[in-house]
Amino acid sequence: MNKYFRNLFKTKKSEATTLVQNIQTTPLSEDQMTPAVVKSPKVFPQQFLAGSGQSNGMQRDHNEDTLVAISTLVSDGDIELPFGIYIVADGMGGHIHGEAASKAAARVVAKYLISRVYNKLIDPLPEPMEKSLQETMEGAILEAQKAVQRFAPGGGTTLTCAMILGEQVTLGHVGDSRAYYIYPDGRNQRLSQDHSLVQRMVDMDEITEEEALAHPSRNVLLRALGQSDPIRPDIQTHQIPQGGSILLCSDGLWGVVSENEINRVVNTIQDPSLACSKLVEMANKAGGPDNISVIIVRIAGG
Amino acid sequence: MIGIGGMGSVYRARDMHFPSVLKLVAVKEMINQAPDPLVRQTIVQNFEREANILVTLNHPSIPKIYDFFTHDERSYLVEEFINGKDLETILRQNQNPIREDQAILWAIEICDVLEYLHTHQPEPIIFRDIKPSNIMINQLNRVVLVDFGIAKVFKTGQKGTMIGTEGYSPPEQYRGDASLQTDLYALGATLHYMLTHCDPRLEAPFSFKDRPVREINPSVTPELEVIIETALQYNPEDRFPAASDMKAALVALARRTGALTKATSAKLTLQEQVVSPVWEFNFEDEVRSSPTVEAGIVYAGSYDNNIYALTASKGEFLWKYATEGGITSKPLVDNGILYFGSEDGKLYAVSAKNGKPMWDFPTGAPIRGSARIAEGHVFFGSDDNNLYAVNIASYRKSWSLNTEGAIRSTPFIQGGLIYFGNEASEFICADFRGQIKWRFNARRANTSSALVIDGIVYFSSLDGNFYALDAKSGWVIWRFRMDKGSISSPCAMENMVFVGSADNNIYCLDRSSSREIWRFKCDHQVSGSPSIYNGGVYCGTADGTFYCLDYKTGRQRWKYVTHGPITGTPAAANDLIYIGSSDHKIYAFLP
Repeated sequence: MNKYFRNLFKTKKSEATTLVQNIQTTPLSEDQMTPAVVKSPKVFPQQFLAGSGQSNGMQRDHNEDTLVAISTLVSDGDIELPFGIYIVADGMGGHIHGEAASKAAARVVAKYLISRVYNKLIDPLPEPMEKSLQETMEGAILEAQKAVQRFAPGGGTTLTCAMILGEQVTLGHVGDSRAYYIYPDGRNQRLSQDHSLVQRMVDMDEITEEEALAHPSRNVLLRALGQSDPIRPDIQTHQIPQGGSILLCSDGLWGVVSENEINRVVNTIQDPSLACSKLVEMANKAGGPDNISVIIVRIAGG
Repeated sequence: MIGIGGMGSVYRARDMHFPSVLKLVAVKEMINQAPDPLVRQTIVQNFEREANILVTLNHPSIPKIYDFFTHDERSYLVEEFINGKDLETILRQNQNPIREDQAILWAIEICDVLEYLHTHQPEPIIFRDIKPSNIMINQLNRVVLVDFGIAKVFKTGQKGTMIGTEGYSPPEQYRGDASLQTDLYALGATLHYMLTHCDPRLEAPFSFKDRPVREINPSVTPELEVIIETALQYNPEDRFPAASDMKAALVALARRTGALTKATSAKLTLQEQVVSPVWEFNFEDEVRSSPTVEAGIVYAGSYDNNIYALTASKGEFLWKYATEGGITSKPLVDNGILYFGSEDGKLYAVSAKNGKPMWDFPTGAPIRGSARIAEGHVFFGSDDNNLYAVNIASYRKSWSLNTEGAIRSTPFIQGGLIYFGNEASEFICADFRGQIKWRFNARRANTSSALVIDGIVYFSSLDGNFYALDAKSGWVIWRFRMDKGSISSPCAMENMVFVGSADNNIYCLDRSSSREIWRFKCDHQVSGSPSIYNGGVYCGTADGTFYCLDYKTGRQRWKYVTHGPITGTPAAANDLIYIGSSDHKIYAFLP
């Protein structure tokens, strides 16, 4: 194609490119080093831009991850209320069980939240909410637990779900998929706590974070949907990251690509879908030992 | 139906093979709805596996099996009906730990049945799921193990198999290794729960080391604590070599202590620090309002109709100003002017320096809440159901917002929005034009004044809930249930929010998860509101006690008893804490 255009416009391949490579540059000053905050253009009403990426990885022939991404908005002059549901579920327990477990869990949670929360948002005459958002999230995860036990007995799955209503992110979490706030100044705030044996060992100061990444028992979970009864999800609510992004991912990403690299990609590639593709590509380049699922949500406007 | 699990139910049934007598049996039903035929088959195999294990066993602590069969997608197991309660229920129904002698006797029986299972021929049987809900105590006070693991055997997956229960399963079980010591660890965890009444499923896994039994329940003998600690060792090789060894240790202890002699519960005695106020000042009537400190002066209103100005360091009288009603609101200082409402229905503006009157604004009923200032206006609620916005330059009303009930809370103002509750159970968010943005209905009055942080509104209600609402939409993000209603206004520090309640507690909650971090039980209703100063939570109660607690742990630093209910919020400045009491006094304390 390039050749065709060169011929068409009779341009010559520039020789300057070879020269450019040897140009010395001076180190950046302190001033230039401070991160530039890119002020996004004013958008009204506030809305969520979500991208996602998924891959089998390089060493698995099938996918046991499930991801769900739903971004909605209701704006009517009185109120501007964006609403989103984002879920990553990483199945386990062998071929059939794992796949069925993550499929069932993610769908049941999404369906539950749509019927209990979203349907109220678009109802012209909504009934007042009976349950708090955190209680609703807990109810959704308990439903998912029942579904996994019923439809994928023996299987289990992680589940990390971010439900965003307006400016508050309500997070429901079981297992070792993760939720992060990624800030443009390089900060990564991990919101979820891994329910894994190695995380417990890290907390008890028996091993370090680095050792955990290579530990032989790094795949051992202490809590998973369908496998622990009763299930106790972690539920928390945080304000949306001002100027930052929300990232959810399975261990196929965070176990392979470092948090700093993730931060760099999220902050350099503006389009969340392209940023997700890049992250998946990096995980696969690093060996892709496991299924990879990632969701990035940016908040525009507000 | 007597129970329900992940995959089916347990029924109590009558065996009709014996029509002339009442023979009760337990029937476990498992519904197999797995769509995949291979999975379905595995489940049936696991079910029959349990039956086949049980059939070969004969021990008083193991239920007898009568029959099993599979019909379409349902499988059934007919076994001995155990007339009793499971230990989980017993623990939940009890407020206190199980007595040590009782715990020892049950533990000896559990060791006995474990010894039987572990020495089973041809192969030892590991129960793998010892926990209170699987231990029944029958009418004869004997232990019976139930649930020999329907569908508890998983194929090894990529993430390791997880058989067992969080809190009770030892570390190696998560790696897929189960040994005889696995059951002993779970028994140790069960004993820990019995003697401390702390559910291990609610604690971090493998954290027993951080919670020695005797630290929580000092009445337990050191010998029993050692036995439990041995069973709970992180490495299996550090535990008892066999159930018989643990049994021997327990039997020896039971013999030595007599096991049946009643354990005396040692009462924790708290060392109480004696404090006395730096100064106190006498009014002519009750002080129900909260003091304000500004530029070295303490301002406080009293039911004697006066607002007082005192020196902050010594409590010396500077001036007072008389209204025609009692004063319950917290005075507000802005730009050298003191604003406060009175039971006479007026909002007053006087000079903060000498109490000289500047202007007043009449409403139709007593003003009991306090005022806030923003954008050149003073905002306050009145018992006439209105929220007022009065221009502080022209002294004229810009607007008033009529609601369903008296407004006794203090409005919170942030980001161009005003948040307040009223006595008609409404909680309202209005904008600066007096237009309602959203409205939330609690079940009872909202007297507590709200606090908005990071886009969330926090307040307590007389309906017994502490609410966290989304500040933009009014949706409930979480609510925390207290045992009684509350009129206490919250304060916050770091990721924590603090509030008192009529259920006698001062609570510290995690703002993002609503988890209770600590609670402090007072001797009476907490009618006052907390304040934070220098790492201390200060709060008064209806019996007149003024507490200082450590904000991180909720431990009492000191308390001081006044002679009347405390309903206000403490104020703090320059290393002194100020609080008013219905005993007609204002007190100043060192933190």
